[in-house]
Amino acid sequence: MNGSIALPKEQLRVKHKAPNHQPTQQLQSWILRVLVYAAAIFTFSVLLFLIGYILIRGIPYLTPDLFSLEYTSENCSMLPSIITTVEMTLLCLVIAIPISVFTAIYLVEYAKKGNKLVGLMRLTAETLSGIPSIVYGLFGMLFFVTQLGWKLSLLSGSLTLSIMILPLIMRSTEEALLAVPDTYREASFGLGAGRLRTVFRIVLPSAMPGILAGIILAVGRIVGETAALIYTAGTATELPSSLLSSGRTLAVHMYCLSSEGLHTDQAYATAVVLLLIVLAMNTISALIARKLTKK
Amino acid sequence: MTNIKYKIQDLNLHYGAFHALKNISLDLPEKQITAFIGPSGCGKSTLLKTLNRMNDLVEGCHIDGTVTLDGEDIFDRMDVNVLRRRVGMVFQKPNPFPMSIYDNIAFGPRTHGIRSRAKLDQIVEKSLRDAAIWDEVKDRLNKSALGMSGGQQQRLCIARALAIQPEVLLMDEPTSALDPISTMKVEDLVQELKKDYTIIMVTHNMQQATRVSDKTAFFLLGEVIEFNDTADLFSMPQDQRTENYITGRFG
Repeated sequence: MNGSIALPKEQLRVKHKAPNHQPTQQLQSWILRVLVYAAAIFTFSVLLFLIGYILIRGIPYLTPDLFSLEYTSENCSMLPSIITTVEMTLLCLVIAIPISVFTAIYLVEYAKKGNKLVGLMRLTAETLSGIPSIVYGLFGMLFFVTQLGWKLSLLSGSLTLSIMILPLIMRSTEEALLAVPDTYREASFGLGAGRLRTVFRIVLPSAMPGILAGIILAVGRIVGETAALIYTAGTATELPSSLLSSGRTLAVHMYCLSSEGLHTDQAYATAVVLLLIVLAMNTISALIARKLTKK
Repeated sequence: MTNIKYKIQDLNLHYGAFHALKNISLDLPEKQITAFIGPSGCGKSTLLKTLNRMNDLVEGCHIDGTVTLDGEDIFDRMDVNVLRRRVGMVFQKPNPFPMSIYDNIAFGPRTHGIRSRAKLDQIVEKSLRDAAIWDEVKDRLNKSALGMSGGQQQRLCIARALAIQPEVLLMDEPTSALDPISTMKVEDLVQELKKDYTIIMVTHNMQQATRVSDKTAFFLLGEVIEFNDTADLFSMPQDQRTENYITGRFG
């Protein structure tokens, strides 16, 4: 009896309250939805506008002249800068990837938990990644350029940038290694594999997409960096002939063109190429990552 | 009288301040199935992991006492990777590597220096046959192992453990993540494997212990309360606590 009385009462209460509640809730969720959509559309259109603006301003000035092997003040060729950018990127990666990946492997796979050194190294990496690039540039200039006497050069520039991207790759590698399930390690150890084999055959391949993501981020920073490079690699317009000669990357080249104020149109054209390069790099690395994970 | 494969004497294990295993002494017979039963946290998995020294990986783990495999002390002078080559392990959750079925099986043999493709092919086929999964996977050896069902993955893991031709197979609740049909397949398989391997299995499932094992050890709070032939332990337990547990009064 009790139950049958309680039931209609409850239903009544719900029915009574419902008309009061629903419209406000609906309104709230409608407002929120509009806000969310608006924010998404805004973000997207800013990106679209930026790319569109650069393309429209830049594409008409993409002349064959801009891709001649020699830079002159007439043709403002960016080909030397493109090559320098590639060289600079490869140099930085060759220096930074082994150091940062091995550091991360040490921190995750070898160091004992609660090791004081681990905490210290994480703190250091975090601090390093928070430093503005101009400070790296200044350091590079004082240490590599002046102290070691390497002058404004590819070597000084790439070492400076390597220090800058070290924490970036290290942190993402660390995250990727931590995300590898311990059951893989257990299984490998359980089969009599040592730590070396476990790390290189099981853990690293599983963590590869995450590591690559970090490397892509790092490449993005190298390609887009100007402040640190102007002080360390200089702005020479010709192709660097050796590690110890100066050269400008595409971003630096763009900065020079636009700050001189004489070649703004060419600066836009350069920006188009820079955009395309970054886009192409992202696509290629995404493809590599997909291929690696499929296996 | 069967041979003793593992002889455990006065084994004590601490995780930091926690006394996880207390004065364990057991003789585990060769080419038989020994089951470890007991409520959660009673130390049965810990003991299992001690037998191939997987506890070495745990911080703050301290072990006293001796464990011998065929008379050789496993903590003293025996290389841990050699021990694990002789003592395979199957884990609670199927844990195939994210690679092809073939590479999963071949990982162990490759670790121990087998490079020849023909030899590997042979080992892969034999291991998969022994684990009663060859017919299901022979056409997709190069597909990822992660695409298999849970039951298949677990039998793959058993095959992977068999591929290094161990003498002992440690199984940590091998069917707890599986459905009844896969469980039955694994149990049948274990019966089959007993001919060639010494099997030590942790299980939560008392029916499973009665179905598959020859000997059973009952654990409680880090101690072995009773160790006997499975039939005897379940039909006439000597200790009141064993009786309470197997009749379902706790645990």
